[in-house]
Formats: sequence, C-alpha cells, structure tokens
Amino acid sequence: MITVENLTKSFQGVSALNGVTLDVEAGTVLGVVGPSGAGKSTLARCVALLERPDSGAIRVDGTDITSLDGSALRAARRQIGVVPQGDSLLRQRTAAGNIALPLESAGIPGPQRRTRVGELLDLVGLTDKAASYPDQLSGGQRQRIAVARALAANPSVLLADEPTSALDPETTGSVLTVLDRARAELGVTVLVVTHDMGVVRKICDDVAVLEQGRVVEHGKVLDLVNDVASRTSSALLPAVDLNPINESSYDRVADVVLVGFAAVGALLPEAAHRFGVELNIVGGGLTRLGETPVARFRLGLNGERSDSALEWIGEAGGSVQRSLKGPQGVAA
Amino acid sequence: MRSATPWSDVFSFLLEATGETLYMVGVSTVIATVLGVPVGVWLQLTAKGGLRPNTAVHRILSFVTDLGRSMPFIVLLVALTSVTRLIVGGSIGSTAVIVPLAVGAIPFVGRLVQNILSEVHVTVVEAAITTGASTLRIVRSVLIRESLPALINAIGVTVIALIGYSAMAGVIGGGGLGDLAIREGYQRFNDRILWSTVAWLAVLTTVIQLGFTRAARASDRRRHASV
Repeated sequence: MITVENLTKSFQGVSALNGVTLDVEAGTVLGVVGPSGAGKSTLARCVALLERPDSGAIRVDGTDITSLDGSALRAARRQIGVVPQGDSLLRQRTAAGNIALPLESAGIPGPQRRTRVGELLDLVGLTDKAASYPDQLSGGQRQRIAVARALAANPSVLLADEPTSALDPETTGSVLTVLDRARAELGVTVLVVTHDMGVVRKICDDVAVLEQGRVVEHGKVLDLVNDVASRTSSALLPAVDLNPINESSYDRVADVVLVGFAAVGALLPEAAHRFGVELNIVGGGLTRLGETPVARFRLGLNGERSDSALEWIGEAGGSVQRSLKGPQGVAA
Repeated sequence: MRSATPWSDVFSFLLEATGETLYMVGVSTVIATVLGVPVGVWLQLTAKGGLRPNTAVHRILSFVTDLGRSMPFIVLLVALTSVTRLIVGGSIGSTAVIVPLAVGAIPFVGRLVQNILSEVHVTVVEAAITTGASTLRIVRSVLIRESLPALINAIGVTVIALIGYSAMAGVIGGGGLGDLAIREGYQRFNDRILWSTVAWLAVLTTVIQLGFTRAARASDRRRHASV
C-alpha cells in the first residue's frame, strides 16, 4: 500500500535519513521506532508531505508522491491522513468543525460533510463532544479528534507522529484503540512513528527500527520476537536474567520464546511430562503483543532426556536458544 | 475677560466635531483594514517559515511598511496633498484627511496583523496543510480565524491611534475633536471648550476600546475553557 524507497534527507549537511526503505502492507499497522535523533520525525514529515526528501520515493498504490506540486500535491495529501505531533486542533472551531476541515479542502458539500463528521465522531467515541471546543476537551479526547480529522477524507494511509507522547498511560490506551479501530473498520493502512515500544506491543503488526537514519530491523513483530538477537525482542519480551541463577544445579539451561495461546499454556508441562524431565522456569515471564500472548522463559532442566525435551519444544513451535548450557555451547 | 461659552454652544461644537472625527476615522479604518490585512497576510506568507517563503519579496514589503510607519503623520498629511486631490478631488476638508489617515494606517495595520498571524502555532498550520487545504483556505480558515480575537483588538488599537492622528486634521481644514481642542480651546484660551473636549475624548476612546474588547471576546471560543 505504501512503500518508502531509499529515502534520504539532510539538513545543512547533516544527514537525517540515510536510505530508508519501508513497506507497509494494506490494512496493517507499522510502527517506526528508534531513539531520539534517529530520523523518525524527518521520516514522518516526509511521508506527511511536509518535507521533500533529497532523493528516494514514497509510493502510495505505486505512485510516487514526493515530486508533486500544486493541486496534485494537495490531492496526494488527502490520501494520507496525518495525526501530527502535539496539539494541532483549531482552537476556534468545535470538535466537529475540526473534523470537517479536510472535507472542506476536498470540496465536499455541507450535508455530506455533516454525515461524514457524524460517522467519525462515532468511530472515535466522541459523539457527545461534537459541539465542544478543543479547550473543553482532555488531551486524549483532542488527540482522538485529531485522528478523526485525519481519517475524514477517506485516506488510504494514516500517519500518526508520536500520537501518544504527551498522554498518560490510560489515555494512551484510548488513542491506540481508536487507531486500531480505524484499521479494523476502515481498512486503512497505518504508519505510526513512536519512541514508545508500548505502542508497538499494543497495535503494530510490523515494526521498523530506525537508527541514525537507517532501518536496522524491519519485519513482523511476531517474527522478530522469535529472534532473540533482535532489538524488537529484547525491547518487547520480558527480561530473563533478572535473577542470577545457579546454573550448575541444572543439566541444561535454555531460553525459549513461546508465541500463541497453545504454546504458552500447555507446551512446557507437556514437555516435562512426555520426556520425564524436571523443568523449572527460572526467569522471564509472560506478556501480550496485541491479542497474542507471548512468553520468554529461562528454563532449567534436569534429566537424561533434557535435550530431547528442548528439541521437542522447538518442533512444537517454541523458539529455543540453547547456548546457555548444553552441548551446543558452554555455560554463559 | 470674556464670559465663558454657553454649555449649549459647547455641546453643539462637540457634536459637530465628533461627527467629523468619527467620519474621518471610521472611513480610514475601513480602508486601512481592507488594504492592511492583506499586507499583513502577505508579510506573513513570505516570511521565513511562512506558507510561501520569499526573502526578496518579504524584505521589500517590510522596508516599505516600516518606511510608511516611520513617517510622522503631519508630514504625510501635507506630502500627500497632490495624491489626495487626485483621489477625492480636493485637498482640504474632512474627506481629504481620510487619504493620509488611511495611507498612514495601512502599514501600521499590516505590521500588527503580521505579528498576530505569526503567533498561530506551526503545528496547527501544518495540520491544515496535511488536509490538502489550499493556501487561500489556510489563510482564511486557519490564520485569520484562529487569530480573529487578536485581529479585532488590533483594529481597535488602530481606531484609537487614528483618533490621535486625526487631531492634526485641522492643518488641512479637516475639523474634528483635536482641531476643536487646539483651535477653539487652546489658541483662543477657551478652557471650557478645551477641557470639555479632553474629557469627551477620554470617554469616547474608552467606549470604543471597550466595544472592541467585547467584540474580540465574543469571537473567542477559547473562553469556554472549563478548567
């Protein structure tokens, strides 16, 4: 749906984007994460068509939109709904009036405009605030109105730049829910730029990690968490080594990542039972990525068939890293 | 020692002069607003970080604006005589004063307007840009509408300033309250007229100021803040 190809941008000789390539499938949510100064904001501003890249392309449905001008540029902007960073609502307009702005820009007549605004207020759950002015709304409500405004002109892509940066955890949840609903109910493709891994955990299908203007990791969140070496997994999965353990008391020590209901619930007891081994969880924990439960455990095993048990866990869908103590490696 | 001017005469003097002042100031404010707001918008659009940044145009416009503002009104009043004759067909009287008043106020309004528009937060403007709005729409629906309360106040400030300028209208026979105070009051040692005019000017400017403040507040949706 939207692809970013080899995007570069520098400001006064300082490179902000250094050949960024991204691909967001239609109807999915991509989270772009990275430390401050990684180029997230520049990327967001380029995709929002507020900044022109030095080179590279941004394609929506195959069409490069980086080199447009005039009315073609304005039409392209309506294809990309933007939730800007920070307070961006017109303070002299009601919530409904703010949502109507893109529809006015698109030249949609009054009656249709009102119907559409009503639908969007409903989508973000703020129908009762239609006539309220931004100063009468809470930060989270304002941000939801900003999301509704971004969606008003039926864009195919929704770009959210740090949509939760100024919000408390509870309000963050309500804004993320709205973004998730937009994807689910409108089928819009979402690109969310954030420094908050919680956003990735809650709503992202894919993730791209940006560092020094480059994409250093890009893929499905659930795939990346299986790769224990990835930045995504270390940021999203529970830490395993909080408590130093006495590894000599186990025949084998291994880290496993388990994705999905069946795996997390039943795999470990089943393995212990099937191979007659003593299996202890010595570290790690359970978390949730979107709707999917995901666990990372550090296991300590005792028994002759410990290796077989680990192998079986791997075959049954767990991702096993056995280098900690065992035939494939020495004690860490 | 002459006897003091009867109060009834003072009132009729004041009435006539007030009419002249309001006519001169009113018409020139309208003209200055109609022409000065676009100047302010243009200044802001071409400014660095504006919607249509253009350093050359901005510099020239700034220079002309500041030149106009630096001109003492009394100089403008006489310097523009030929222009005034061209426009209104004469160079004396209240109507003739309107030309220099308006010309003097346009750059004044322009600068005020630019300063006000530059206060609209960049995030808000950029949000409007991303909706695909045209520059004209952004100027109208975002820059001007968002700063309407401040703009109304600025027009109020302009009116008060123009009442001040119009005191010099007497130089070309424009009449008005300032002229009354100087010619009838000060120069003819008529304290009753002088001080009556001063008091009346104080009342008049206060009422006008209050009116604009009210109008500005009425246009401001932010006052509804519940916090």
